Amino acid sequence: MTVPTLTPRLTPVVSYPEALAPTPTHYCPGCTHGIAHRLVAEVIDELGIREDTIGVASVGCSVFAYNYFAVDFAQAPHGRAPALATGIKRTSPDKLVFTYQGDGDLASIGSAEILHAAARGENITVVFLNNAIYGMTGGQMAPTTLPGQRTTSSPAGRDPATQGYPLRMSELLAQVDGAAYVARRSLHDVANIRRAKKALRKAFEVQQQGLGFAMVELLSSCPTNWGLSAQDSLEYIRDVMVPAYPLGEFKVPETEGREAR
Amino acid sequence: MARALLKGNVAFAEAAVRAGCEAYFGYPITPQTEALEHMAKRMPELGRAFVQAESEVAAINMVYGAATAGVRVMTSSSSPGVSLMMEGLSYIAGTRVPAVLVDVMRGGPGLGNIAPAQSDYAQMVRGGPHGDMKMIVLAPATVQELIDLTVEAFDLAERYRCITVVLADGSLGQMMEPAELPPMRTPRAADERPAWALTGARGREPHALTSIYLDPEQEEAYNLELQATYRAIEAAEVRYVEERLEGARIAVVAFGTAGRLSLTAIDAARAEGIEVGLFRPVSLYPFPEERLRQLAERVDALLVVEMNAGQMIDDVRRVTRERVPIRFYGRTGGVVPMPEEVLEAIRGLHAELVREEAVA
Ligand SMILES: Cc1ncc(C[n+]2csc(CCOP(=O)(O)OP(=O)(O)O)c2C)c(N)n1
Repeated sequence: MTVPTLTPRLTPVVSYPEALAPTPTHYCPGCTHGIAHRLVAEVIDELGIREDTIGVASVGCSVFAYNYFAVDFAQAPHGRAPALATGIKRTSPDKLVFTYQGDGDLASIGSAEILHAAARGENITVVFLNNAIYGMTGGQMAPTTLPGQRTTSSPAGRDPATQGYPLRMSELLAQVDGAAYVARRSLHDVANIRRAKKALRKAFEVQQQGLGFAMVELLSSCPTNWGLSAQDSLEYIRDVMVPAYPLGEFKVPETEGREAR
Repeated sequence: MARALLKGNVAFAEAAVRAGCEAYFGYPITPQTEALEHMAKRMPELGRAFVQAESEVAAINMVYGAATAGVRVMTSSSSPGVSLMMEGLSYIAGTRVPAVLVDVMRGGPGLGNIAPAQSDYAQMVRGGPHGDMKMIVLAPATVQELIDLTVEAFDLAERYRCITVVLADGSLGQMMEPAELPPMRTPRAADERPAWALTGARGREPHALTSIYLDPEQEEAYNLELQATYRAIEAAEVRYVEERLEGARIAVVAFGTAGRLSLTAIDAARAEGIEVGLFRPVSLYPFPEERLRQLAERVDALLVVEMNAGQMIDDVRRVTRERVPIRFYGRTGGVVPMPEEVLEAIRGLHAELVREEAVA
């Protein structure tokens, strides 16, 4: 009788992309920053640009993105990542430069920098995570917080009468002539994650082709500050955020076809 | 290069170009705008980077970005615009990347006016940006010095991986004087950028240029490294100019334009028989502490002249421990003192000394 070997021969079916350092992240369980990181890293690998890419981390939960990406990284003041990226790209035009920003960073304190980077057609890629809240500082209202949504600084729910309306940055920036590619995708399920990756890939290709400003907004979760479980958070994105922030490609380069929504 | 009649703002911009500045980011503000306009024409012509930013906040962060890429980069502005740059300056200092800022000061506070002033001494020398940080601050008094110090600013910024500020004022920016520009230096080639720069992690570990250290012990250790750099700067980079100080009983202490116009007053006072000379700090940080301390042991009194309500005088008091009487003459809000006013102040101080001697 032959004794079956107890040592399983493990063939890895998943591994870290080269552009992602094999480091555990500090993100909360259920947070979609990790997924977004992986997608960006996979795209960098697939395009073979890891050694030519420079990232710009913002201020928010992803401030330490440089610990997780195996590419050169700068770390910008809150909201100013597009300005840093401008300085880098203008002096290193042969590099691929991307920013990685949250919604407080991009849509509130950095609204001028993102708008004007788009207006200049700055040849950079912007990865924009919209979780409708300030994660890092503990769950305050963001410009993207939905009407009625409770946060620590809108405890009774965001009241548009006194606290204004959410900003839809993708629609806004798609209006700008300098923007070449603007898309909103979601990270709440596998099908959407795949489409998010496609959009990210396009956003880097647009930069490679020198077509101008490219941004992908990714609807993201914040289980900790939303007060929801990881699973419920994904459902919240699907049921509440997607209707408020329609998915789609809002601007595509003229030469390219639009991907069905 | 032969001497030519040059306007201050154009002169320092062209000096930067010749020093190998590869990127300029700025925003229009009087009395500095001619620098931005000069760069708008020159930089693209030479295939270098120029962006008129949407604000000074963006401009300084573009500078920050280009600095992380390891190129020679600068911005220029005037007081209100420089106020907007404080956060970015702190990040640049906290990340230890080199950058040059020319601040053509104007009257304040608030929107103030567009007249020459020195009222941002304290902001640039003793504070402004948050955190335990310093910037080298150089104060020119002539268009020639404005040119020379701008060139030197790039070298110093790179040597110490710090910010160098050229602290001028509206009169220097706007005046025309004969001056000589330096020869054209070729900018560094792309493959000669400093080893720490972000150039893409090709065949090496990725670089992260950041200023966040969550662990206070680690942040402190990093701060101590910064402090060590500042001590090195203090030991090696003190600059000052002395005029007519031999045998002087009174020393006027004044920087930049105030120093220049004081010299006219000093010559007039000397013609009247008053033994007075000029001590003009050129590096405001590092402040010429040792030399000023020695001077205070030789003279009977100091007269500090500034185009503000009295800012550098705090450093003069601190350094000399007030071992001699220190008087102040200043005009603020964009008013430039006339040499006659300074002469009057010198006469007053001289009379004071004579009276005291009579009593003694
Ligand atoms: C000038 C400045 N103001 C405020 C802060 C504090 N701050 C840190 S992160 C943050 C909000 C970040 O939220 P978001 O961009 O949505 O990213 P998330 O943390 O949700 O990923 C704020 C307000 C700061 N660091 N700098």
